[in-house]
Amino acid sequence: MTARQPARVLGKAAGRLATMGPGFGFLAVFLLVPLALVLSYTVFRRGRFGGVVYEPTGENFARLADPLYLDVVIGSVKLAAITTLLALLLGYPTAYLIARLPARWKVVALVAVVLPFWTNFLIRTYAWIVLLNSEGPVNSGLEALGLGPVELLYTDGAIVAGLLYAYLPLMILPLYSAVERLDPELREASANLGARPARTFWSVTLPLSLPGVLTGCVFVFVPSLGNFVIPELLGGGRRIMVGNLVRDQFLKARDWPFGSVLALAVVAVLVALLFAQAWATRRAGRGA
Amino acid sequence: MRRHGWLRLPFWLTYLFLYAPIVVLVVMSFNRNESPYSWGGFSLDWYGRLAENTSIRTGLVNTLIVALGSTALSTVLGTLLAVGLARHTRSRLLDALSTLPAILPDLVIAIGLLVFYSAIKLTLGLHSVLIAHTVFGMAFVAAVVRARLGGMDTSLEEASRDLGATPLTTFVKITLPTLAPGILAGALLAFTLSLDEFVIAFFTAAPSEPTLPIVIYSMVRFGVTPEINALATLLLAVSFTVVIVAQRLTRLTEALR
Repeated sequence: MTARQPARVLGKAAGRLATMGPGFGFLAVFLLVPLALVLSYTVFRRGRFGGVVYEPTGENFARLADPLYLDVVIGSVKLAAITTLLALLLGYPTAYLIARLPARWKVVALVAVVLPFWTNFLIRTYAWIVLLNSEGPVNSGLEALGLGPVELLYTDGAIVAGLLYAYLPLMILPLYSAVERLDPELREASANLGARPARTFWSVTLPLSLPGVLTGCVFVFVPSLGNFVIPELLGGGRRIMVGNLVRDQFLKARDWPFGSVLALAVVAVLVALLFAQAWATRRAGRGA
Repeated sequence: MRRHGWLRLPFWLTYLFLYAPIVVLVVMSFNRNESPYSWGGFSLDWYGRLAENTSIRTGLVNTLIVALGSTALSTVLGTLLAVGLARHTRSRLLDALSTLPAILPDLVIAIGLLVFYSAIKLTLGLHSVLIAHTVFGMAFVAAVVRARLGGMDTSLEEASRDLGATPLTTFVKITLPTLAPGILAGALLAFTLSLDEFVIAFFTAAPSEPTLPIVIYSMVRFGVTPEINALATLLLAVSFTVVIVAQRLTRLTEALR
């Protein structure tokens, strides 16, 4: 038995290396090294044609406070927040009703939510160009009612519609799984104790489904912030969002250090929101 | 349902919102008119024009090469990773690392690889997109296979080992066949994600070898043509078929279990 011990330890190490070695090796080279590069670029001077000159500087971070870029950040956060709020207002009642459907229809309703999500993202965005164009169906409808034509395309509203369309399923799914798990007896108990439905919702249902709400918000808010295609195609380039700024720093302006700082800012927002979500989940877990 | 009467409005609004744009695209793809915004009678002209469009055809071939290659690589690496994470470690750090590519914004992965490829002076091409798509494809395969591993009975593997089988034999004869439905689902997911992926491909592809989403992007950017409606309808049909088939498949495997 003692003689086999080293062989077993060796076998365990070999098993680890054979299973996880290739995958983590790949991720180390093609994910961790690139991320470390981006992180290191934030403190160096820009090279003339992209890349960096290895002289340390704090300039890149200081530029974040430039009113020009600050406006972009504030504007993006505003649009992403409006999108998230609308997704929540549409998504919560939808998820709530899906969870109450008979099992058969539940599957149908859920697949129907996810189905558009599996179609090409650019095509889904393009659909809104067709819909909102000055000669498009929405404007024809408005004209028939004597209300149009209104400029719908190339506005902030068009960007919000496109973002909402792109990410709404990512709000509904976590909400659904949060609402689905709720114990119906808790709501019944609340009702039996004389609480009105609204009261039951605000003090029982909503707090218990808060982790799902926050997960959905992270899933909608973060990609909305980093999207550069929708502001370009539906906003007509009039509104520049953080994603556009990052894209331009890397592919047009060739200011990689500043682009890296902006990307880092997006990741920082993501991490902060994930921590908030984990905290809320723990709190809801204690309350239940 | 009756008690939640007022909730029905946002419920139906959600589905109207999700499907109205799709219906408009499909209807417009059969429109005879040159202007994509008004109806001029039924026609299949745009599908014919689409078939003649060489840049779309090249994009489609490039996309399929990338998707097939990255799916194969993702499936092997992701499955091994899932088995390793479930059986050979309890490290939460490694666990988090394996899901990182699925959580990080695509733009961050994209610029990371752009910077990295430039630092090692790699010439961009289909291979650089293929590697990039494997980064996130692998994470999704690993996650799906792990979910399957979680519900798996380990007694068969133990019996195999007790009967003297080597770890490799046990893995090939017991673990892999049990995991097969999970691996298939993971591979399907990686394939679909790669087919549709735009942002990372946009940063890591060579301008001379664009994938289909990049071709669509430049078409949409430089003016609207009804050919895109036809292409959209075809892609919609493919995606819908894949999703519904996958749905049926999972229900079938669940029934067989």
